[in-house]
Amino acid sequence: MLFRKQERQSKKMLENYHKEQLSEGLFQKCEACNRIVYTEDVIEDYHICPSCGHYFRVAPMERLAMVLDQGSFEEWDKDLETKNPLDFPDYEKKVAKMKQNTGLSEAVVTGKGKIGGVETAIGVMSSKFLMGSMGMIVGEKITNMVERATKEKLPVILFCCSGGARMQEGIMSLMQMAKTSQALKKHDQAGLMYISVLTDPTTGGVTASFAMLGDVILAEPKALIGFAGPRVIEQTIHQKLPEGFQSAEFLLEHGMIDKIVSRKKMRKVLHYLLLSSGANKAH
Amino acid sequence: MDEFEMETMDINEFDVELPKATAWDRVLIARSNDRAYTMDYINGIFDNFMKLHGDRLYGDDGAMVGGIASIDGQFVTVIGQQKGRNLKENEVCHFGMPNPEGYRKALRLMKQAEKFNRPIICFIDTPGAFCGMEAEERGQGEAIARNLYEMAGITVPILSIVIGEGGSGGALALGVANEVWMLENATYSILSPEGFASILWKDSKRASEAADTMKITAEELKELQVVEKVIEEPLPVTAENCEDTCEMLRKEMIAFLKKYKGMKKEDIVEERYRRFRNY
Ligand SMILES: [Zn+2]
Repeated sequence: MLFRKQERQSKKMLENYHKEQLSEGLFQKCEACNRIVYTEDVIEDYHICPSCGHYFRVAPMERLAMVLDQGSFEEWDKDLETKNPLDFPDYEKKVAKMKQNTGLSEAVVTGKGKIGGVETAIGVMSSKFLMGSMGMIVGEKITNMVERATKEKLPVILFCCSGGARMQEGIMSLMQMAKTSQALKKHDQAGLMYISVLTDPTTGGVTASFAMLGDVILAEPKALIGFAGPRVIEQTIHQKLPEGFQSAEFLLEHGMIDKIVSRKKMRKVLHYLLLSSGANKAH
Repeated sequence: MDEFEMETMDINEFDVELPKATAWDRVLIARSNDRAYTMDYINGIFDNFMKLHGDRLYGDDGAMVGGIASIDGQFVTVIGQQKGRNLKENEVCHFGMPNPEGYRKALRLMKQAEKFNRPIICFIDTPGAFCGMEAEERGQGEAIARNLYEMAGITVPILSIVIGEGGSGGALALGVANEVWMLENATYSILSPEGFASILWKDSKRASEAADTMKITAEELKELQVVEKVIEEPLPVTAENCEDTCEMLRKEMIAFLKKYKGMKKEDIVEERYRRFRNY
């Protein structure tokens, strides 16, 4: 019963998301090639520009729909309330506005689902929610997901997308890097697979923790991936960075990731990796 | 935000009186050139320190020092970020901002300590991990992440002490410990107050206000339970005058080591896990 309700909910969320996108206009301008393209074409083609192949950023529900078996997603920890450890002025207001704008409760959605019948824990970050920054709730949701996966003997897939630490939460956001990483260590010691998928952009504290800890690290084409942001590096070295610096292709060349995977093939690649880890349909 | 252009000040300005240092005062003291650095503490606290070098992968980072020492008749592994007092020293130690090879050296020494059942003591003193092109090419993010991940599984006790600047992930990479202590005038933060002000308020000149907001002082962090212990520092807070601080640290360290002697490996790991699970 619960399962069916959740299936309906996730379907509805996706429909609403598409409707909303279309309501913003039947056409949209591609941020990469500046051409005007049909929004419907973009939605139908994995949110890729039909004209130049540019990857638009996608919402968590959309991402889940692209990789999971239809209706298999069960969301976890949906309603954790964001905290304000520094009593930072207007932070609660800002978060409330984000919730309204994105329809999300925080910058990551976590839960479990199936890919080709293989059950897996899965998390997807959202760049739209305060730049996908990691605060206490993002850290808590990811840690809970990993701990539960360890307990239920599930693999973990995490689509990373983040501007880094949630500045408004100060030192407590820094501690999330340790909290999430240590949970992954236990998951690893249990012999379970963790796949991190780096999407545009993955930077800062997320890169310096769970993003780079996958047994297998995948990335989307041309995604920006780095520890320091390009602007910070330019200010440090007092020169412009070369074209393509910190792109997924650059990281592949430097041995930092396993593979660049197109959106269309992502589900297939994930399925193969899950099978290779010994995860099976028995769960 | 330019990490190189941070203010520092003459410590002697504080000699006369210090009613109650503000958060920004502490930032300036923590960054001061006169302050004791990692090697000062190592020499002041331990016997027979032997420095070990290199990450076995790329190079030997002068911004990270480490090796074997003994204290109260017990062997320990000691690791820390090292700052330089002048330009010449900083050519070697890069203002205490490690490259990936620095973090990888630290991890190698921690694994070595684990193998020989030596407790690990880390000194944290860094504005942050180095933000240059080569650091990115060699995987700065991966190096820090790997330390957090592997430290979580280390079966010997780890003690980390923030002795000056505890800057961001570059500091945390030595900070996944069973206990974290801070010197009274040290700071520990997600980024510099200048960076915080420039990102959230688009005005790096509001750094002192940012320092007040960010909860970066030892006192505030003890309240937040980010650190277990604050070690007092007698004035003036200089390398020449760190003898008492070293004595105090030595005493506390011996008590720390005693507490963990005979504790089961799983319990040491589990205690560390629970410590960070609470954040
Ligand atoms: Zn285009």
